[in-house]
Formats: sequence, C-alpha cells, structure tokens
Amino acid sequence: MLAVLALGRDFVYWLVIAPFKGFKVRFHEAARQAVRIGVNALPIVFLVNFFVGVTLAITVADILRIFGPVEYTGAVMGVGFWRELSPLLTGVVMSGYAGASLAAEIGTMKVGEELMALEASALNPVRFLCVPRLLGVLLMVPVLTLFGNLCGIFGGYLVCTGLLDISPQLFYDRMLDPMKVKDIWVGGGKSVIFGGIVGLVGLGQGMQVRGGAEGVGRATTNAVVYSIIMIIAADCILTVALYF
Amino acid sequence: MTDSTTHPSPGSGRDDMFQKGDVIIRCTDIFKSYDGRPILKGVSLDVKKGETLVIMGSSGHGKSTLLRLMIGAEKPDSGEIELFGQKITSMAEEELYPIKRRFGVLFQSGALYNSMTVGENISLPLREHTDLDDKIIDIIVKLKLELVGLRDFEHLIPAQLSGGMKKRVGLARAIALDPEIIFYDEPGAGLDPVMLAVIDELITGLGEKLGVASIVVTHEMHSAFRIADRMVLLHGGHILAEGTPDEIRKSDDPVLQQFIQGKAEGPIPLRLSSRDFAEDLLGSE
Repeated sequence: MLAVLALGRDFVYWLVIAPFKGFKVRFHEAARQAVRIGVNALPIVFLVNFFVGVTLAITVADILRIFGPVEYTGAVMGVGFWRELSPLLTGVVMSGYAGASLAAEIGTMKVGEELMALEASALNPVRFLCVPRLLGVLLMVPVLTLFGNLCGIFGGYLVCTGLLDISPQLFYDRMLDPMKVKDIWVGGGKSVIFGGIVGLVGLGQGMQVRGGAEGVGRATTNAVVYSIIMIIAADCILTVALYF
Repeated sequence: MTDSTTHPSPGSGRDDMFQKGDVIIRCTDIFKSYDGRPILKGVSLDVKKGETLVIMGSSGHGKSTLLRLMIGAEKPDSGEIELFGQKITSMAEEELYPIKRRFGVLFQSGALYNSMTVGENISLPLREHTDLDDKIIDIIVKLKLELVGLRDFEHLIPAQLSGGMKKRVGLARAIALDPEIIFYDEPGAGLDPVMLAVIDELITGLGEKLGVASIVVTHEMHSAFRIADRMVLLHGGHILAEGTPDEIRKSDDPVLQQFIQGKAEGPIPLRLSSRDFAEDLLGSE
C-alpha cells in the first residue's frame, strides 16, 4: 500500500512538476500503451458486460413479473450499468488483464536489471515506464467502461425486446426515466478512479519485485488480488458517500 | 531532446575536462551493509582518467555492491564517493543525471531493453540525451555495433540473441554517448575466448586512445591481467591487495595467490557456514 502511495506521488511529480524542469512527458508512448492495453481488452470487456447484462435483465424481469411492471427492467439496466455495474465489471476485468500484465512486465524488467540500466542511463523508470503506462490505463479504462456500458445495456435490450415483448421505444424511455446526470458523472468518475487503482497497484507491485521469477509471479497475483479488493472497496465507499 | 541539461553531442560542452592521470573516481572509507550484514567495511580507492582498474574478489565479497555504489544506484551507509570531482553520495537523483550521462555501464546480463530492437537499445541514450538528427543517430548506432562486430543485427530483438551477443550489444549501448568512464560487471561471462579478447582490446583501446577510465569487475584472471593498469582484490569487505598486474603477480599474500591461481586449497574458505559441521548434523546436545 505504501509503495502504491509512493508511486502515486512520483506519478504526480513526473506528470505535473517535472515537465517545468524540462523532463517531458512521453505522450506518444502513453498513446501506444493506451492502444496496446485498450484495444486488446475490448473483446473481454464487451463479452463480460454483455453476458452480465443478459443475466441481470432476466433476473430483474423475473422479480418484477411478480409485481407486474416488467418494462421497468430497462430502468434497472440503465441506472445499474451506468452508475455501478459497468465501471465495476470493467475495473475488475482490467485488474486481471492490464494490472497483471503491468506487474509482470515491470517486474520482469526489474529482475533483468533493465530498470537499473535505465537509471544508469539517467532515465528515471517512473518517468520513462510508469507514467506512460498509467496514462494509458487512465485513458482506456473510462473508454472501455463506456463501451462496456453499451454492451451491457444491449444485452438487457435483447432480453427485453426478444423475450419480454417490450418495444424498443418503451425500453429506451424506461431506461432514461430514473437516470440523472449525476449517475453519468459518478459512473465516469468511478471508472477513472478504478483505472488509477489498476495502474498504480499493477505498476507498484512490478516495481517492488524481488527474487527472480518467483517474485514476478507473486507480484502479478498480488496486483490482481489487491486491485480487485481496492476497486470493490472504493466502489462501496463512493456509493455510500454519494447516494446516502 | 528530453531532459533539462542536454548537450548537443556526446562528450562536448563540459567545463570540467579532466587530463589523463587526474583522479576521476574517488571512494573514501565506504561502508555498506544489507539487513545488518556488512558487505563493505571501509573501502577507499581512486581511479584515474584513462586507467583500467580491475576489481577482483570472491563472490559475495562486495565487488558488485561497490560497482552499484559507484554508479549511484545505491547509497553507502557511510563514506564518500566522488565522480568527476563531485560528491555523488549527497546528491539528489536529478542532480546525478548530468554525471550519469558521462559514464556507461555494461551489466552482467547485458540488461538490454527486451521490448526494443538492438538498434533502439543503442540509440535510446542518444535520443533521450542529445538533439542529434535521426540520421546521425543511425550512423552512430552502426559505428557502435561495428565495434562489437554486430552491425547486421540492428533490427533483431534481444530474445533472438545469444547471451554473448546480448553482452556485446550491452557494451555498444554503454559506449553510445562516448562516456569518460565505463563500468563493466563481469564482461567475460558468457563470451567465447575470441570475443573476450576482442572486448579486452576494446577496453584497452578506449583507455589508451580516448582516455576512458574503465572499472572492470571480473573473475577472468587471464583477461584481468591482459587489460589492467591496476588491480585490487576485495576480500572480507576490505581491499586486501592493490597494485599493478606485475606487483599482484609477485605478491606473496596467500589469499591473493590462491585467488589469482584459482586454487581450491588455501586461506579462502570453501565453506561459508559458521556452525560446526558435526554439531549441525547431530544437534547441539
């Protein structure tokens, strides 16, 4: 945890303060990392959100059918995905995908003396490696969350229009009925925070690796476990703080 | 151009140019321990410009630690290290950068950046620390690769190279910025005898022609005597012996003689365990 906080402090320094001292941020590398991380994760995020969307719609419709208003399934899908499910699911998927990959990549570089070689070449590893990767994750997790949202809601839409005989227009109207602007920025804000957690925990674990291949394996596992726990805890705290 | 204090071409624009024979590295009374286990116990040594200093010693006796301290990768517990007349032990990381651009390091494994090609590995310091044109950088990369005999391997990635080739690319990268000091950590490990001789000639040539100071940590005694202007033996955290290759050869110190002749029997213990063997087997009762 201390390593994550220290990396967060270094990240802010190399992103905000150091550019004024002439140390440029490697934005082109950040864009390359965003493509590497984001594009490859798209199918997984799509599938997970879609399947959860279908499952949630059937479950909710089953409950609502007892009380009558089945068309309100759309309302649950809209608020549920925008505010809650899509940021959470995408965050968890990215913990396993990007967080593990970052920890393994940086950890392997540390074990192979690549980080020491960078330092010996007067290149700070946080500026050179971590800042572009974290920027890439911070950019792509919200973008993936947005697409995940659409996929999850599309899954619910297919259930509602295909199995429950709800018209597309009614699904759309009911989906928007309870939704507030606040839900959209809360969902967006959560996705940025979860992206930060995935990136910082993954990179922080990688930078801390000791003891060869075993250390890399341990760091990769820790990155996934810690970031999932932190994402779920952060989600809980934010939901309680913002809606109660 | 990326960092704040770039210079237009490697090796130029320095106002503290050293003459051959001037002290370029000074270590004074260095102490370093890990987890309470002392590794270096008061090491002092000077390295002069243009000189090749070979650091010898058994494994675990502090050679690599001393190297890491000299390149600023770690700080000593106490003592002072000066590079180019500047005390690096009290410097912040960013203050060290202009000094780090003046030396190169060849790591034991080569430590190549695995996600980059051979050419990108060598050009990275040039792209980051100079504002040289891409075409000039490409020419410098070819020149450095030719020096280590790997000019045709520019577009390969490190995974496609043998251990010895990685080492040679690591050397080409270390000399990319035409450094004034080069640190070598076990340059002979993984190299065949012919390539080792080539690297030895390169080390000697850099010192004689360009006044580059070389600090070589090695176990290869034949190579060590071939390249060294001066040799030190680190033993038990101290400098046990220091001198020219002739002085070292003629020394009657039994530890030094055992080490340079590679004898199994002698004062350097094979077994590092401190407990009595019989007691360890039978228990302390």
